[in-house]
Amino acid sequence: MAKCVLAVDDSKTMRDMVSFTLRGAGYTVVEADNGVNALKVLPGQKIDVIITDVNMPEMDGITLVRKIRSQPAHAGTPILILTTESDQSKKDEGRSAGATGWIVKPFSPEKLLQIVAKVCP
Amino acid sequence: MAEDQSYDLSRFKATYFEECAELLATAEETIARLQEGTGSSDDLNALFRCVHSIKGGGGAFAFEDLVHFAHVFETSMDALRSGRAELTPHVADILVRGNDVLGDFVRAAQEGATLPADHGAEVKALLAGIISGEAPPAKAAPVTTPAAIGAEPGFATWTIRLAPAPGLLRTGNDPLLMIRELASLGEMKVAVDRSKLPSLAEMNAQDAYLSWSFTLVTDRGRNAIEEVFEFVAGDSADVTIEQIGVAVDAQEGDGWGLFAPLPPTPDAVAAPTAAAPAGGAAPPAPAQTPAKAGDTGAGGIHTSSIRVDLDRVDRLVNMVGELVITQAMLGQQASGFSIESHPELVQGLQELSHHTRELQESVMAIRAQPIKALFSRAPRLVRDLSAKLNKQAKLVMSGENTEVDKTVIEQLSDPLTHLIRNSLDHGIELPEERIANGKPAEGTIHLGAEHRSGRVIIQVSDDGKGIDRKRVLEKAIEKGLVERGVQLTDEQIDQMIFAPGFSTAAQVSDVSGRGVGMDVVRRNIQDVGGRVVVQSTPGQGSRFILSLPLTLAVMDGMLVSVGIERYVLPLTNIVESLRPTAQQARTLVNVGDVLTLRGDYIRLIRLYDLFGIKNAITDTTRGLVVVVETEGGDRIGLLVDELLGQQQVVIKSLDSNYHPVEGISAATILGDGRVALILDVGALRIMGERLTRAQVEEAARAEAAE
Repeated sequence: MAKCVLAVDDSKTMRDMVSFTLRGAGYTVVEADNGVNALKVLPGQKIDVIITDVNMPEMDGITLVRKIRSQPAHAGTPILILTTESDQSKKDEGRSAGATGWIVKPFSPEKLLQIVAKVCP
Repeated sequence: MAEDQSYDLSRFKATYFEECAELLATAEETIARLQEGTGSSDDLNALFRCVHSIKGGGGAFAFEDLVHFAHVFETSMDALRSGRAELTPHVADILVRGNDVLGDFVRAAQEGATLPADHGAEVKALLAGIISGEAPPAKAAPVTTPAAIGAEPGFATWTIRLAPAPGLLRTGNDPLLMIRELASLGEMKVAVDRSKLPSLAEMNAQDAYLSWSFTLVTDRGRNAIEEVFEFVAGDSADVTIEQIGVAVDAQEGDGWGLFAPLPPTPDAVAAPTAAAPAGGAAPPAPAQTPAKAGDTGAGGIHTSSIRVDLDRVDRLVNMVGELVITQAMLGQQASGFSIESHPELVQGLQELSHHTRELQESVMAIRAQPIKALFSRAPRLVRDLSAKLNKQAKLVMSGENTEVDKTVIEQLSDPLTHLIRNSLDHGIELPEERIANGKPAEGTIHLGAEHRSGRVIIQVSDDGKGIDRKRVLEKAIEKGLVERGVQLTDEQIDQMIFAPGFSTAAQVSDVSGRGVGMDVVRRNIQDVGGRVVVQSTPGQGSRFILSLPLTLAVMDGMLVSVGIERYVLPLTNIVESLRPTAQQARTLVNVGDVLTLRGDYIRLIRLYDLFGIKNAITDTTRGLVVVVETEGGDRIGLLVDELLGQQQVVIKSLDSNYHPVEGISAATILGDGRVALILDVGALRIMGERLTRAQVEEAARAEAAE
């Protein structure tokens, strides 16, 4: 059973890159363009890892992490936030919201796969 | 992933530039609102996001100038939206100009052009001025000690302590994963600290209570270790990483373990993570020998094989079986499409079929082993036994390379040994006796294997005296296995030797003949879905024929219909099929239905009759007769309604899923999801004979009654 990743980003470029990389490595990918839509797709899917951007319209990534963590079904689901190097505060914010880890943008496909595999072997 | 070079980002560029155009336009509209003073904090956020997204994508494509400018822009936007700087009309003007310059960078990137190095420098300075007085956001200080130490090459011993904060599990982090990752870096010992573990009643499944100490010997350096705990070090867990001893150059010395003695680790091996609330298996136990030794040690011997758990292979085999069914189903669903109307679909399905078949063969080959492994014990056995029995015998083997499922090979070991003993003990005569009978003094035992009829046939034959039917019959009567006076065919008498508790040896030898042999042989063989028969010619020898399934079975079958039922005939059994003329199909007195084929009589079995199927074709000249050959070489004709086509089927055991059914070797699932039974032609022959006999007797009784 392929692992399923939920990729949340308002940038189609980012979603495409994340999806393409992960699909190429055998993952199934579900996409959402913001936090609100991510919460909509979540109940119907078996999601193994969630990757979310932080800055998004409608609902930002940190709020999304907090909301997902409050759902018992996803109390332990690994959540990775996409941040930039300068965003140490975002990493901390993400962590206190319940994020598992982060991926620093820009990232190479290898790095992405490595980090996803790290939290979801 | 070894996609480093081949990974082509350019496919995303088009999307990126389209997106940039939209973002720049949105940014412009937003800034216009801000300029007019009608903007809100939402607008500031939106503008920040636009710039941020452009920067993010630009980073992925390494548009450095663009990213650099966007970063300054973004930073100033961040100051504005957080209220650290004020949005004045002057600042709004700067934003307009900033957006224009950002557009320039995007266009330059799109066209592959290079802008002058100082392009937008003035605007950049103005943007930076918005946040002047603000210290630029400090780069995050690494959580642990600088990485410089970790850069040292060579093996070093590290002690690492991991003490998760209680809430660690609630962030989706799992200590077990980290421990595994750490263990993958080198040779590791683990000690677990359970002191904080509360009693079961007080335990909260979502809290982390355990902490660990690791002693790791690795050449990967501090960075690699820090990376393991990257997400948790600091807030979520207390992580300390210390190097003990001096790093040793991996190139010198023949054993790094000697240079950095491991400190005593109390409780080291004792169930390191078994009690982890996160659950799951313990991390891989440290190997007895360092993993590195396997790579380079023993003179660099590389083996071309690996050991794999049989369960894994079985799972693979099952999955492939399912895949074959799915593929057959797809093929069936698409059978209505022609290559003209749906060229890609049809071609794709053909390729799928081809690949599925190859995959299946490869997977089955994993479990298959040459029967040589089993046969290789035979020469010694024959040599030792013939010496013991004062007999002369030579062993001839054939088909040693026939591949058989591993399980079957294991199960066959005992029966085969027994059959060889039996042949030597009871079959091959003493040399004097052989010479007296005009045979060479030295007897021959032939051990052969071959694939036939989708099964593996193993034969053990000898040129000895054959079965003494008279004695067998006497013994059988004596043992109460048959009634005196019952007429038995030679063949039936021969098969009696497989009856439980049967032994003809006048004297029980320590070689064979304890009377527990042949029935055990038969049972062992039946256990793996096989059959054993014996053919014997007095004075000329006996032949034991073992017929075994290729258990993993996928086989080529012919789908036939009888009434509304579908059956599968193993393709390898089929000799030919024909629609008999009225002259060919006859009924002989006391024999029943037969088919004359090129001068031979072939027993005709009506499947509808045998299985009690209604609405089938009963007229031989209107149905089809499939001539099949059993393992013993007998031919029978099976009357069916029609042939539906050849197809590969996955064998699903009836024995394990239901219970054995006479005449049926297994079941399969057809492409449309229906279950079809796979016919066992050997058993059908026996059933057919029995049915005919019953019918003949019935007819005789009816005649007598008249």
